[in-house]
Amino acid sequence: MTNGNHRPPQERVGVYVCHCGTNIAGIIDVEAVARWAGEHLKHRGVVVARDYKFMCSSLGQELIEQDIREHQLTRVVVAACSPHLHEQTFRIACERAGLNPYLCELVSIREQASWVHTDKNAATEKAKAIISGGVERVLHHEPLEPLHVPIDAATLVVGGGIAGIQAALEIADAGFPVYLVEREPSIGGHMAQFDKTFPTLDCAACILTPRMVSAGTHPNITLMTWSEVTDVKGYVGNFTVTVRKKARYINEDLCTGCGICQDKCPKKVLDEVFEAGLGYRKAVYTPFPQAVPKYPVIDRPNCTYFLKGTCRACEKFCPTDAIDFEQEDEYVTLKVGNIILATGFDVLDGRRIAQYGYGRLANVFTSLEFERLSNAAGPTNGEIVLRDGVTTPKTVGIIHCAGSRDRNFNNYCSAICCMQSLKFAHLVKERTGATVFNFYIDIRTTAKAYDEFYQRVLEEGTIFVRGRVAEVTDAARLPGEEGKLIIQVEDTLAGRQRRIPVDMVILSVSLEPRHDAKEVAKLFGISCSSDGWIIEKHPKLDPVATMTEGVFVAGCAQGPKDIPSTVSQGAAAAARVLARIQQKQIALEPVRASVDEDKCSGCRICNGLCPFNAIIFHEDRMVTEVNPALCQGCGTCVAACPAGAISGTGFSNEQILSQIEGLLMLNLEAV
Amino acid sequence: MKPKFAMYWAASCGGCEIAVLNIHEKILDVDANFEVVFWPVAMDAKIKDVEALPDGDILLTLFNGGIRNAENEHMAHLLRRKSKILVAFGSCANEGCIPGLANLSSQEEIFDAVYAGVSTNNPLRVRPQFNWQIPEGELHIPEFYPVLRTLDQVVNVDYYIPGCPPESHQIAAVIDHVIQVLQGKAELPPPGSVLGANGTTVCDECTRRRNVKMIKKFRRIQELPEIDPTLCLLEQGIPCNGPATRNGCGALCPKAGAQCIGCYGPAAGVVDYGARLIAAFASVIDSNDPQEIDRILDGLPDPAGQIYRFNLAKSLLRKARKEV
Repeated sequence: MTNGNHRPPQERVGVYVCHCGTNIAGIIDVEAVARWAGEHLKHRGVVVARDYKFMCSSLGQELIEQDIREHQLTRVVVAACSPHLHEQTFRIACERAGLNPYLCELVSIREQASWVHTDKNAATEKAKAIISGGVERVLHHEPLEPLHVPIDAATLVVGGGIAGIQAALEIADAGFPVYLVEREPSIGGHMAQFDKTFPTLDCAACILTPRMVSAGTHPNITLMTWSEVTDVKGYVGNFTVTVRKKARYINEDLCTGCGICQDKCPKKVLDEVFEAGLGYRKAVYTPFPQAVPKYPVIDRPNCTYFLKGTCRACEKFCPTDAIDFEQEDEYVTLKVGNIILATGFDVLDGRRIAQYGYGRLANVFTSLEFERLSNAAGPTNGEIVLRDGVTTPKTVGIIHCAGSRDRNFNNYCSAICCMQSLKFAHLVKERTGATVFNFYIDIRTTAKAYDEFYQRVLEEGTIFVRGRVAEVTDAARLPGEEGKLIIQVEDTLAGRQRRIPVDMVILSVSLEPRHDAKEVAKLFGISCSSDGWIIEKHPKLDPVATMTEGVFVAGCAQGPKDIPSTVSQGAAAAARVLARIQQKQIALEPVRASVDEDKCSGCRICNGLCPFNAIIFHEDRMVTEVNPALCQGCGTCVAACPAGAISGTGFSNEQILSQIEGLLMLNLEAV
Repeated sequence: MKPKFAMYWAASCGGCEIAVLNIHEKILDVDANFEVVFWPVAMDAKIKDVEALPDGDILLTLFNGGIRNAENEHMAHLLRRKSKILVAFGSCANEGCIPGLANLSSQEEIFDAVYAGVSTNNPLRVRPQFNWQIPEGELHIPEFYPVLRTLDQVVNVDYYIPGCPPESHQIAAVIDHVIQVLQGKAELPPPGSVLGANGTTVCDECTRRRNVKMIKKFRRIQELPEIDPTLCLLEQGIPCNGPATRNGCGALCPKAGAQCIGCYGPAAGVVDYGARLIAAFASVIDSNDPQEIDRILDGLPDPAGQIYRFNLAKSLLRKARKEV
């Protein structure tokens, strides 16, 4: 491997072993480990090795600082928890004592040793090996300086649902410009489709539309609906974003939003987005009357003029000549400092759960369909009726967890289905007086006033059956089942199989990541979990940041959640962005990839790989370059470079291989 | 008195020897400037003649071949002791080469293939015995080691000349340089240097056009109805090892329309050739679907042979571990 590595080093290393209370000391003999490091790694430059109850406490940090001064330490190894937690703590401590913070190495003997082992001797030996690796690695560290970059005060918010609206308003109210980009013709998101919101049952439109109007008229918000982000370049503080404004075929300067075009358009189109397939819209349309902005769009694939070359009814009747069939997509370039992704969710396609019969049995509805059905502005004006449009159901079955908490579909809990299903039960009871059965696995009503709502629905006489529904069928076997949908379920409280005939079934279908969540994540240089939800920087302590500096996430894009949590996250993301903007500049981690041009042969293997678009190819010299301001130090290109021409600061071959040698104890003197 | 020169072959095919002879009339310069004391392929000399020389008496020894058995090892130590400058010459001595691929198999598997394979009529399943008693005394053949090692895994090596075999013009240039050193006109490069090659990769010398790479399917060269004569072979799905391979050959194979197989070994500073190469190939696969990625990678029918054809013995892993 790296020959000649075993010469005595010039550095003076301090090793600090943390007890972390009993977290580490309960399994690892920390005193023995520190003693061992002091004796057996002396020839590798270790001049002091200590253990301490809480290294991260101010006393622990002072201990290190004092040693740096007294022992003239040039390197520090702290054996404690994961670098995610306290790397920064110890770097800052080193800096205070006059040592370049990047000459400190934090090795984890908690997550990687004490927490994962029960054999005390073996864990102690492993801790020694980990420290030995850390010492070898730190010898190859170099002092680094962080990069400072200015922050553009403008923010891009992607997604105009309630999360995005909230975030945009918070930032705009603070006096900074916001671009709010939405791919549908109107902002509002899923919330605009709902009738009532749990648990207070206030009308979704009543509380949402004022926010929509504020967002639409705010002087600091540039609203871009019917638009999609197509390209993101740059880095925190300095993103360059390309937005495709899809042709509306409406001149926004002339349109007054009077709606005459929609009245006159002869083409009816099934509205599968806003009306969830239950209602119709025209080929020129706004999704709903309170849409923001007020301008309609012409649905080109369904427009008679675009299909057949004749019609132009909208154009004839438009009082302000705002129809423009010649309009083309427009690409707009925006400069922003931060990005908030509030791209929301999709719902599971009910057809996938074949045994529940959605799409095959007419009177099986999905939750979104029911929202439209119960909405006073919906296709039935709020009348809860069967698919025939006239019959009021006498019995209704509501199935919770349709596709959630189910290894065949989604393992996770969709978080909102319990409350949504209780709301449905209440609405059905209130409007039709029907008998309602709710089929649940567990009831999860944990937020404020949620369980009270559950009690209320119980008292209203909704019948709760605990058990996962096996099947919904129209095959009658028993008297009274003819013409009904029969719900076959094991009632796990009664301990028997039941067949319950109903007129209507509502599936509380699972929330799912947007179908294109992975592509969106790639576009913005962030990651999704295997489920497809955007991964936050820390699940508890940093829930709205992502691993990419300057890109934040809010609402259901990060995972299923209800409206209060979504709004909180929108506001939280805005607060994070505002804090950034106030700093005016940001220090970037100096962990960067760089290309040794003498070694680069211009094979271009790395050229398409950079998630941050930091790689530039110079055709004239046939070499590749990494832009240090764009590079986030992820290491993708470093690993891919077949010539070994790219190296990552802090992750050089020498550092990694010497750490491995240390781990294998190849650095110890022969006894 | 002329300085002494030696050349020896351990576990190798003999191609390196031919490559040296292939420098044509330059071989006369070798004769003019050196006394050739030991070179089994070219002249008659005995090991005891070498043993009789004082230590360090040979100025320059070109050692080709890997260390497969006890005899190879003995010769490596002997020539190291007798030589001022010991050069690992050719891929086998540098990185194990084709013989090094046997490190994927145990000794039993190798012997089974050789002494009981389809080409061998050996009904009694006779195997070589390293020591054998006969009435006249005990017979020895060199012990066969469990793995093949490179020359520098056995003795200290002064310089490296890569290639399978090294290109003749590069050999001639090295010999020229050494002669100039003898005449006081040039200096020796720092110990451990790679000679007769450059520091970047074959791509540097390849004239094919290159783009951002996106591979949907790996193809063997014979599967393609025609090959674009100007486009990067890797971009055409042919697994060309050029991007990871040290240059110096002049990109002969890719220029002729055949993929580089990597005989010049890793580029300067690369620790593990195969790891670099497979990481590079994997990086440019144009799919995010795990099953499709598996399908695309299945287009490399012999991954170890593809990425470690020359370099297995020198790789970080060195050999396949057999569970016992």
